[in-house]
Amino acid sequence: MNTKNIKINGRLKFIFWVLLIAFVVAAPSLLPVFRLNLLGRYLSLAIVALGVDLIWGFTGLLSLGQGIFFTLGGYCVAMYLQLNSSSEFPNNIPEFFALYGVKDLPFFWAPFKSLFFTLFAAWLIPALVAAILGFLVFRNRIKGVYFSILTQASLLVFFNFFNGQQKLINGTNGLKTDVTQLFGQMVGSELIQRYFFWITVFLVITAWFFSKWLIKGRFGNILIGIRDDEPRVRFTGYNPVLFKTIIFSIAGALAGISGALYTVQSGIVSPQFMTVPFSIEMVIWVAVGGRGTLLGAILGAVFINYAKSLVSEALPASWMFIQGGLFILVVTTLPQGILGWLYSESPRNLLQRFGFIRKIKTYPSLEINKNGES
Amino acid sequence: MELLLDSIFNGIAIGSVLLVAALGLAIVFGLMGVINLAHGELMMLGAYTTYVTQLIFKLPILKPFYNWYVIISIFLAFIVSGVVGIILEKTIIRKLYGSPLETLLATWGVSLILQQFVRSVPLSYGSGLIISLLIGMVLPLFFPTKIKESIKFKYYKLASWSFATLIGILSAELISSLISKLGRASSRNVDVTAPAWMRGQIEILGNTFPKTRLMIIIITLISVIAIICFLNQSAWGIRIRAVTQNRQMCDCLGISTEKVDVITFGIGSGLAGVAGVAVSLLGSVGPNVGGNYIVGCFMVVVLGGVGNLLGTIFASFGIGIMTDLIGAGRLLNIWPNMPLSLSNTINFFATTSMARVMIFALIVIFLQFKPSGLFPQKGRMVES
Repeated sequence: MNTKNIKINGRLKFIFWVLLIAFVVAAPSLLPVFRLNLLGRYLSLAIVALGVDLIWGFTGLLSLGQGIFFTLGGYCVAMYLQLNSSSEFPNNIPEFFALYGVKDLPFFWAPFKSLFFTLFAAWLIPALVAAILGFLVFRNRIKGVYFSILTQASLLVFFNFFNGQQKLINGTNGLKTDVTQLFGQMVGSELIQRYFFWITVFLVITAWFFSKWLIKGRFGNILIGIRDDEPRVRFTGYNPVLFKTIIFSIAGALAGISGALYTVQSGIVSPQFMTVPFSIEMVIWVAVGGRGTLLGAILGAVFINYAKSLVSEALPASWMFIQGGLFILVVTTLPQGILGWLYSESPRNLLQRFGFIRKIKTYPSLEINKNGES
Repeated sequence: MELLLDSIFNGIAIGSVLLVAALGLAIVFGLMGVINLAHGELMMLGAYTTYVTQLIFKLPILKPFYNWYVIISIFLAFIVSGVVGIILEKTIIRKLYGSPLETLLATWGVSLILQQFVRSVPLSYGSGLIISLLIGMVLPLFFPTKIKESIKFKYYKLASWSFATLIGILSAELISSLISKLGRASSRNVDVTAPAWMRGQIEILGNTFPKTRLMIIIITLISVIAIICFLNQSAWGIRIRAVTQNRQMCDCLGISTEKVDVITFGIGSGLAGVAGVAVSLLGSVGPNVGGNYIVGCFMVVVLGGVGNLLGTIFASFGIGIMTDLIGAGRLLNIWPNMPLSLSNTINFFATTSMARVMIFALIVIFLQFKPSGLFPQKGRMVES
């Protein structure tokens, strides 16, 4: 790439960022409240998609259990909000406890009265759970499809557990947050929601830069090495278990943050977030957007969810068909996703075929096999 | 001792449902390495086939044979799910061999489409579609060799497909005019009622046993024996096993691996249909009925060790017995005066959903010690 290109690229990037920030600042006054809330929710889902992209797109671990960490983050925040707005209920504990005859707060909820603790717990607890789960699985060199199935099974374990425990976490009803108080304001109110929107945007961008930084250096190289040829990484003297555990717990932390943001914006957290379809959907967003491209994960999450809500409003029955079809189409014809396809040579080839770009007479470069084998 | 016997009986009853559901998956996953998340939906198709068969056998012409509709629906369910499975293999899965994660995602897409299909397309048109697909696929096989080899074969094929479409539309119209229930699309659950001879209880060794459970055990037994015989005795079964062991060598020796793939997948899917018949006898049938079983099936296959049926059998009965032991809190009966803390723990897990939690946790722990299941495949590969 020559200097001119870099200049243009830099300018384009600058314009892109200015436009983005302008939109984010102006969005609350441009969009109706309902749409803004939806956008905020979908942006928070982009964070979990980033995590999925890190573990699937870069490390080759297809986890179908990200819903666990997502929901754990959600429960942490929801419990904080419930605890801090239950002063008028008997025993100073949230209302639902009384329904099941619980008098004292279960001990593990006690620390969640502090905001400081909750802000850390919302991503630290999912990260820890992910680290333990990941370590147990990776230590035995369980990988590929078996890993996927095991994560799905763990998802069901958590789902059944959360669904059945009325006395600890209100079971299948979940915890509501929109009628709770935060700094003296209703969480469901327009003002607080607007702040949540801005926080979400900020965190999405932070998470994006964090992930970018993570995959850029040697750490990222090892991750890609694990994806492409794990035994070789092992034989070179690295311990894949450590790296896989770290990246899996980072993805768990991202999922926790995402779940926390999603919960406060949608007003409820319930075991429904831990159903099998939702966790697979997270993978869909990344697959469609383009795995191995971080931007693709974000765009995939936001656009597919927006499309989902628009289509479901217009034609409720057809979304499942569209989703299933999209999935099959992307997997069979665009394995790198939409953004991955745009980055590749294919769009150029397509334009050439229709005569929009002149064909280059000679080969642009020698076919060098980047993987170094077969 | 009697309590233990009780547990074993109930465990076999639970395990046989798991086994018949996991059998097809064990073949597809174990022999081909394909993760088929649409397996549950193929079971659902089998269950709906039972429902449609039941309604058809209530018609005045077929009323005398009503008692035997379950037996017939087993064959029909095998064919219906098998046809759908073969089409799935020929269109999607064939492109994705060697990349199991992609297959997993694609088959999930298929399962979504099948679920919504059952919801929004009347069952009569669904059966018409299946009939036309079946005729269209089977009819060209019966053409004389002379036509098959002629250059105009594709026109004959086209003709047979249009004939099949015609038959399909006609039969769909016929079914929806005869049985108005099937002519409307609905997402509500439907119920399959067992014929009179299958209702009620039966007594074995002092235990009362619902007859439907016994029927399921018999279905499972027959499918297992049939599949073992098929894999071990028939020419195609031997080819399937050969391809499993060494695909390239089979290709070199002139075995059509493509055909083997189609047959394996068709049989695996067909077994899912048979499992669907069993499931329909247990409870109501809805678009989501398959989803309840799919993860359990995968756990059975993983626990049993991929690639052998013996492991699948042991694993499903093991899970069945454990489910009964934990879910019904039977350990308390066997050992009445155990310490309080232990009995509290057992009571905590003595519900259906918590038993599931416990079982999955136990499986994950078990895999810590034997990562490739009860009966692992022996090999010296780095990747294994």
